[in-house]
Amino acid sequence: MSTTTDHPVEQVGGATAKYVDQRLGSNKFLGRNLGKVFPDHWSFMLGEIALYSFIIVLLTGTFLTFFYNPSMVEVVYNGAYVPLKGVQMSEAYASSLDISFEVRGGLLIRQMHHWSALIFVAAMAVHMFRVFFTGAFRKPREFNWLVGVGLTALALGAGFTGYSLPDDLLSGTGLQIIRGILQSIPLVGTWAAFLVFGGEFPGTEIIPRLYAAHILLIPGVILALITVHLMMVWTQKHTQFPGPGRTNTNVVGYPLLPVYMAKAGGFFFIVFGIIALIGGLVTVNPIWIFGPYMPDQVSAGTQPDWYIGWLDGALRLMPNWESVIAGFTISWNVLIPSVVIPGILFTGLALYPFLEAWATGDKREHNLLERPRNAPVRTGIGVAAIVFYGILWIGGGNDVIAAAFSLSFNVLSWALRISLIILPPIAFLITKRICLGLQRKDREKLLHGYESGRVLRLPHGEFIEVHQPLNYKELAVISAKDDLPVLPAPVKVDADGVRNPNYRVDQLRHKLSSFFLRDNIERPTDAEIEAGQAHAAHSAALEAPLHEYEELDQDPVGHGGVLHHPGMPMTNQEQVDQRQ
Amino acid sequence: MNEITPMSDENGEAGNEAHSSAPAKLGYSPVAEIPHRLRVTDTDPKAARRAERQVASMFTLSMVFIILSVIAYVTIDKYAVIYVPVLGEVGASNVVLGLTFGIAVFLIGAGAIQWAKKLMPDVEVVQERHDMVSEKEDDALAVANYERGKDESGFARYKMIRRSLLGAMALLPIPIIVVLRDLWITPPGENPTEILSTTLWAKGKRIVSDGTYLPVRPEDLPVGGLVSALPEGLLEVQEEEHNLNARGKAAIILVRMDPDQIRSQQGEGWDYNGILAYSKICTHVGCPIALYEQRTHHLLCPCHQSTFDLADSGAVIFGPAARNMPQLPISVDEEGYLISTQDFAVPVGPSFWERDKA
Repeated sequence: MSTTTDHPVEQVGGATAKYVDQRLGSNKFLGRNLGKVFPDHWSFMLGEIALYSFIIVLLTGTFLTFFYNPSMVEVVYNGAYVPLKGVQMSEAYASSLDISFEVRGGLLIRQMHHWSALIFVAAMAVHMFRVFFTGAFRKPREFNWLVGVGLTALALGAGFTGYSLPDDLLSGTGLQIIRGILQSIPLVGTWAAFLVFGGEFPGTEIIPRLYAAHILLIPGVILALITVHLMMVWTQKHTQFPGPGRTNTNVVGYPLLPVYMAKAGGFFFIVFGIIALIGGLVTVNPIWIFGPYMPDQVSAGTQPDWYIGWLDGALRLMPNWESVIAGFTISWNVLIPSVVIPGILFTGLALYPFLEAWATGDKREHNLLERPRNAPVRTGIGVAAIVFYGILWIGGGNDVIAAAFSLSFNVLSWALRISLIILPPIAFLITKRICLGLQRKDREKLLHGYESGRVLRLPHGEFIEVHQPLNYKELAVISAKDDLPVLPAPVKVDADGVRNPNYRVDQLRHKLSSFFLRDNIERPTDAEIEAGQAHAAHSAALEAPLHEYEELDQDPVGHGGVLHHPGMPMTNQEQVDQRQ
Repeated sequence: MNEITPMSDENGEAGNEAHSSAPAKLGYSPVAEIPHRLRVTDTDPKAARRAERQVASMFTLSMVFIILSVIAYVTIDKYAVIYVPVLGEVGASNVVLGLTFGIAVFLIGAGAIQWAKKLMPDVEVVQERHDMVSEKEDDALAVANYERGKDESGFARYKMIRRSLLGAMALLPIPIIVVLRDLWITPPGENPTEILSTTLWAKGKRIVSDGTYLPVRPEDLPVGGLVSALPEGLLEVQEEEHNLNARGKAAIILVRMDPDQIRSQQGEGWDYNGILAYSKICTHVGCPIALYEQRTHHLLCPCHQSTFDLADSGAVIFGPAARNMPQLPISVDEEGYLISTQDFAVPVGPSFWERDKA
């Protein structure tokens, strides 16, 4: 066998491929997958950015572990940074300073690590928006959505634990807040705080513990989940946007080898290069300015990393409620913003695909993405959630904003508190209306073509705007709209007098389904679309005879324009008919 | 699925050779109905060669920058500072390493993408999808195998085995949780509530100013002034305990105001001639506070903007904190130094479940 020259291995990759294949049977996999088709769209790069920045976080983080010392033992700093010479600090902070000043390339790697972590979380968030607003989470991809939600939560954990490691004044203050949050948890909170910190705050244990979580536990789980995430994408094949030739049962794009591999692989280096450039040119987290952590010191106007901002904002905007029930203290002012709100948000995210599928009764597989306008309620909910998040995030910087714009932060805080309650529903309504408006426009385009912007005056004086048929691309995109009927209202007792035992549930489901679907603008039928487009083509053709009249205009007899006179066909239509 | 539909270009040419000659076995086929516009590099061999040169020069330039970054690593002094417009004074090594390495890596990516876009086929191809659900036979096989396993193991039959196994599995996590108890390692046996409710302050403890650690006299503090202060002997405690725990609870601020302006205090006569001592640790989530507006006597937390009125028992007048800033009763000793007359009456810092049991 090994000497057979017509063995396909010879064509695939020569001796090495054959060697490996004889041991692993790998060519069976390669044969099936090297030509795997991946659809192309700019928004599919967002997940790639998240993946690549995570790889860069791993690479740079590994380098940092060679130099960083996760210890809270107090030492006297005697390094290169003069302003801190002779200052007492933890070994963690001292080694972070050494990475920044003594290790060549250390600051670059530290800044690349920080920047790529920030980009990692940002890319995940935007990737999640893309998946949400295009309905990519629908059957069969609900599990992958769950994995994604888990990854997002873990990314926040990874970011926060890393932020705390340098043990500078800023990160220590962050930990102090975490201590306060832990203590607010009813019943077990006090103990939880003592267990996490190894006793009283700040203690000497928290940095090594966070280190274990930051470099082993959390990245390990993230890596495992990313693997699962990608394997599911691989098995289920990537979703695609509607377009010419694209259906729910095919996938149109470029084969893995070579185009997709070159583009995706090249994009990794682009992301890597840009992060290296940012790391070299833009300072992030200059820990040497903040000084070592002291539990009785703080600096004003400090901000957490961007992805923690919304939680900090929630803490700031919450009214100061606290109750003592049977002698026990419940700090609603801390518990609600830092435990309850994120809990609701992440639970809501995780459950959304299942809720929507249940509410709409949609059990079909969806491989074709839905345009956000075609799911007005979903899009509205998404925008409302983003507005809610955005207000909390702005709240996280209320002191900075108040100072920058010379506002009273008391007024600003109140404005944000009120906005937090009233703006999301308003955002929902406006978004839904915009979506419905766009749907109407789409329907109009399908039925009458698009407005060419050219106004025609017909021989008998009538003005019309010429409509043109849609081009094949737009037609494919718009006509991919998928209408779902509202679930029928249940009957309490059917014709045979049998009571419906699920009446209440069915009624709720009917109402939810109606909430989701009732305002949808119905897509015209295929026949209507065809007729509409043909009509538009026809109307466009009416423009042709006009040019003949232009010549007529130069007639020396002259009658000041194209006017109808006896003997002339009444309409362009008649003229076209006459000619035929 | 394997049927190849000849792809039609706009100008009617047969499609890219790589695809039209590809055997059907590849598992995908070009999309027939999409008009495809040929690129310049498809039609003009000169343009194709130019693209080839572009890609190759990006990769070559990348090599140059990789070597430059190594040279920069070796030659640039790690403490050297240079002035760069916009950035200001920056570490030379960091900027040059970031630039050279970043450009080198970027060029590899840019070259690869240029290669893909200009020279690799840009014809979209189509592959069929299949529903995720398993074929009927596979489904039946899975069920049959499961049933066989269940049957052979006797999981359904041996009730006693089943229940005891479930019981053992249910108990197994308990030691895994119990063993976490010693996450709180020091000091064993003490009650968190007690620890959180006591500080270094006691009757007769001298107040020293933060930084100098020298005792404070009333006359050191002008009206309107604020001093961060600590209990005497804190450094020794820190030395002994090897941590900053005591500091985190005992830190206070001293403010002095006109005694007439004090509207209320947490205890009768807890001030000393208009000097008030308050905890420095915010009752919200524990940030240290030192933003003081002497005209209004307001104390503002920089973390979440809780605002306390120090002339009115440290009451919360704005923000998310629910509790007054705890006040420390003070006096002077016979040598004229400020002292505390007792520990805080309530726990300092953020609230906790057992706080009001303390």
